[in-house]
Amino acid sequence: MNPYKILSPTGILGYGFPESSFRAGVAQKPDLIACDGGSTDPGPYYLGAGKPFTTRSAVKRDLSLLLLAALELNIPLVIGTAGGSGGEPHLAREREILLEIAKEQKLSFKAATINSEFDREYLVQQLDAGKIVPLEPAPMPTRDDIRGCSHIVAQMGVEPIMAALDAGAQVILCGRCYDPAAFAAPAIRAGYSEALATHLGKILECACIAATPGSGSDCMMGYLYEDSFAVEPCAESRACTVTSVAAHTLYEKSNPYLLPGPGGTLDLLDCTFEQETQRRVRVRGSKFIPQERKNVKLEGTKFTGCRTISICGNRDPLFIKELDSTLEGLKKRVADNLDGTGIEYRLDFIVYGKNGVMGTLEPDPTITSHEVGIVIDAVSDTQENANTVCSVARSTMLHYGYPGRMATAGNLAFPFSPSDIPVGGIYTFAVYALLEHDDPAALFPAEVFEIKEGEEV
Amino acid sequence: MKTLKDIAAVIRSKNAGPYELTLDVIFSDKDVFEAFCQKKIFTKEVIAKLYHIEETDVLSIMEFPPAMAVKATIVRPLASGALGERDVYGAQQHVPLMNLEVDL
Repeated sequence: MNPYKILSPTGILGYGFPESSFRAGVAQKPDLIACDGGSTDPGPYYLGAGKPFTTRSAVKRDLSLLLLAALELNIPLVIGTAGGSGGEPHLAREREILLEIAKEQKLSFKAATINSEFDREYLVQQLDAGKIVPLEPAPMPTRDDIRGCSHIVAQMGVEPIMAALDAGAQVILCGRCYDPAAFAAPAIRAGYSEALATHLGKILECACIAATPGSGSDCMMGYLYEDSFAVEPCAESRACTVTSVAAHTLYEKSNPYLLPGPGGTLDLLDCTFEQETQRRVRVRGSKFIPQERKNVKLEGTKFTGCRTISICGNRDPLFIKELDSTLEGLKKRVADNLDGTGIEYRLDFIVYGKNGVMGTLEPDPTITSHEVGIVIDAVSDTQENANTVCSVARSTMLHYGYPGRMATAGNLAFPFSPSDIPVGGIYTFAVYALLEHDDPAALFPAEVFEIKEGEEV
Repeated sequence: MKTLKDIAAVIRSKNAGPYELTLDVIFSDKDVFEAFCQKKIFTKEVIAKLYHIEETDVLSIMEFPPAMAVKATIVRPLASGALGERDVYGAQQHVPLMNLEVDL
């Protein structure tokens, strides 16, 4: 059996990659080009607001290169988790970019989009039927949580992607997708081991992060064999070492031995890593334990309000000495000031130099610096109200008379004018749970479409 | 006495999903790694003390010999991006570990 070669150009579509590395990868005639696009790491906003965290022009640049190479080699191109979060608006944007490239270059190919957003009422029914369990320590979602979400996606596994390939699609854009699935699905369909393909996908989804020096925006090649797989970076300046590959297995995971996903758990307890060449590592012994009751991971976000912030600093030891009581006093003054307006709000002061980075986890919240940075964080139901709260807090803090004050002209240095920044709507994770289901492919229907000479037919 | 930052190669923190933080310590010297594991320096109690959290909020402690690494996973006090939360990626919560005193 010849190795099945998978080219992973970059950690997230739109993060870019050196064209020289990509050409070196393409020259090896890969069987598949695949790229992950998703993460909850940037927080709940991007799914919540339906906004991609990659820019349109960056995605277009990356996707153009991948598409032209895949068509030239006549191999599949699979993009996992469109636009970072994989919601309907994210998938729609990716589709639009794909069509734009096809039109400009007069390309012909068959493509599919796979939706992963759900009807809220369907999920409420599943909740009532006991088919939804929280991914602890996340709380159990309620009906209101589900109904209140702006977007809820589920992570698809390999089945929907395999179904789209069966339907003849060469280019597949996925909604929210389990990271390794975009890499593993075509390989499993080609007859390779699910365990090895999934483990290889786990490494490839981060592109060169598993190499040394590591990079989330450079190309990695995976070689899948009957009994093992190997990884090697496309750029000569990088290498995969046993340590770099093994260390990557730890990354962002609570348990490096057992990695749960849709359909089963990847078991790496008996895995071995071997330095095959200076730049290539061979991995053996990955196992896959299929689940009896299949499930997919749900991610949902709901609107929590609008935010306005103001960034300022203070250099005065007399102010810094009284800071804690000043902030307490300020909150009371602001509450007093806004009493009767009917505005409900949450006001917070993030103090850099004290516990701005770690909050309650900070073991040493004493201030030892000669200056502090303060972010005034005001959240309310509308932007106008958040602006009001921030403005009152900012002006009150600027002239607040703390004990021992000498600098009576003002307490704060503002680096910017305007000093207050309306951030817009903000969101929180409200559903983080597993949905049990019987038919993985049916949950995520694919829409297959054909493009001829750049026009959709 | 030495601290963990004197003997480890990598000390890092990161989200493991929006509700958990995972702390990794990776060694470059096999003897040091093995001695560290043998002395059971990395325990739920130690992590709870370093971060001023309940022991029940330390979800797991793991050794991972293929990478010469140990790992602890804790409950995030607030979910990533929640109101009042300070570190969306969770990548700057590692410093208390650096200062852990180790007697090898």
